Amino acid sequence: MLESIIQSLQYIKPEAALTATFLCAILADLIFKKKEITAAVVIAGILVTAVYVFQQVGERASVFSRMLAVDPFAIFFKFLILLSALIIVFFSLFSNEVNNNKRRIGEYYSLLVAMVIGMFFMVGASNLLMMYLSLELTSISSYLLAGITKEARDSAEASLKYVIYGALSSGLMLYGISIVYGLTGALDIYSVNSVLAQGGTNTITLLIAGALIVAGFGYKISAVPFHFWTPDVYEGAPVSITAFLSVASKAAGFAMLMRFSKVVFIDSSVLSLPAGMWATIHGVVWTDILIILSVITMTLGNLVAIWQDNVKRLLAYSSIAHAGYMLLGLVVLGNDGFAATMIYFVMYLFMNLGAFYVVMLVANKTGSEDIETYKGLGSRAPLLSVSMTIFLLSLTGIPPTAGFVGKLYIFAALINAKLIWLAVIGVINSVISLYYYVRIFRNMFLRDAEGEQAPLTFHFAHTFLLLVLVVPTLALGLYFGPLVEFAQYSVAMFGVK
Amino acid sequence: MIPLNFYLILSAFMFCVGVLGVLVRRNAIVVFMCIELMLNSVNLSLIAFSSYLGDPTGQMLVFFVMTVAAAEAAVGLAIIIALFRNKQTVNIDEINILKW
Repeated sequence: MLESIIQSLQYIKPEAALTATFLCAILADLIFKKKEITAAVVIAGILVTAVYVFQQVGERASVFSRMLAVDPFAIFFKFLILLSALIIVFFSLFSNEVNNNKRRIGEYYSLLVAMVIGMFFMVGASNLLMMYLSLELTSISSYLLAGITKEARDSAEASLKYVIYGALSSGLMLYGISIVYGLTGALDIYSVNSVLAQGGTNTITLLIAGALIVAGFGYKISAVPFHFWTPDVYEGAPVSITAFLSVASKAAGFAMLMRFSKVVFIDSSVLSLPAGMWATIHGVVWTDILIILSVITMTLGNLVAIWQDNVKRLLAYSSIAHAGYMLLGLVVLGNDGFAATMIYFVMYLFMNLGAFYVVMLVANKTGSEDIETYKGLGSRAPLLSVSMTIFLLSLTGIPPTAGFVGKLYIFAALINAKLIWLAVIGVINSVISLYYYVRIFRNMFLRDAEGEQAPLTFHFAHTFLLLVLVVPTLALGLYFGPLVEFAQYSVAMFGVK
Repeated sequence: MIPLNFYLILSAFMFCVGVLGVLVRRNAIVVFMCIELMLNSVNLSLIAFSSYLGDPTGQMLVFFVMTVAAAEAAVGLAIIIALFRNKQTVNIDEINILKW
């Protein structure tokens, strides 16, 4: 026992490095007056962690008595989370909202790292206990971060709503876990799978348990009907945190959901399917649950987004709709579908962070996130407006942007799996989404500015970070071969074919 | 020996009371109490299963749930205090700047 624990320790170097970063950030905040030093410590910590994750590439192991899996799948998501965390630290450095709270800036950065630790455990969790704990670690840090600018009334309100919805969903998930434990006598997802595969479990009870567990995942990825917190929290939280929640936290939630659906409900004894496709255990309607979830998520997200006048809130509904598209990849129970969702996430990272970054820059200068503020922005800040247009076109999925390639792979996987009607619903939804994205760039280019007319100028570093996000959004739309290969390689999980 | 069913029915009942409380009650602190009730009903069913199956993992999970529930309550109460300083109320109906 002790030996296996010591053996396992070498596999959690990235998490250990992050924990050290968390502590160093708190210390740096206490010792140094200059707040940029805390940010520098966090950036250094993230880079060291990236090196450790890099060393794990190719590893396939299960550590701490099958609590955690270290496999290509987890490593893919760890890179994704680290990249977005790094970009978010730079966002925070440039954000007035964050920097106006001098006293709490140290806590801000250390909680950001705590959230990353939680997500690292989420992507590797292969035990229901570990899944619950890592989900809570991520959530509790994000409740605090959403309310970090607590003098602003909407921030505290967003935080309260987040904590209530979060606690409710994790309570539902926990009840589902207790039922699964009662049915199978195990918490380890591989053992749960082998007990379920023998058959004889009550299907109705299993369905209820599955639906309850989906509540926990659905809340993390903001799928309808567990999305109620999303618009409020996205609007009330500082933009940098909103952007982080919309990308990294969603990615971690998806990674956990993907591992859960691939390990728990798959019957590995079915051999009649083509390679790379899986069958669910007889009597489990997991695919149907996912189909319903994804269709209502994207439709509701897109339809409600049409009525929004606050750009942050509009992007919140757009991110709900994107969760719906990504769930389409999961519906295809096969390597194709999972790889498509993973590719989509990389594209989504750049375009969504980019859109939120533009919102942040505009809010820094004008103090408003209202869609009316964007009137005439095309002449006041041309580079910013063109970049925003690129991000929005990419979010719609128009070639030659990254978003198009992401959607292409998801719809191709659906068509290969003979789910053409689902692909059609997805395409119709993309068309609806064009309507509300167009509202933003119509305001930017076709309307004249009201009131303030002076051009907006930005610091060189701010413009540079904007380019760092624009270039991949365009480049990944044209050259995506290596990314696709990496995603297809990373579908491999520990313990399953 | 009380049969397993009794525990499960009690736990399901407590859980439903908790969920209803979260949805219906308007005082943020009562909402948090209802969340605690939900988590404790889960603990009851985990312990009942664990003892019925003769397997200690369920009881182990209970310890973690209690710890997390305490952390969550601490954060939740801190947020309620921050909000109370702004608005002088803990009534959820009056906390409504953000909607649709």
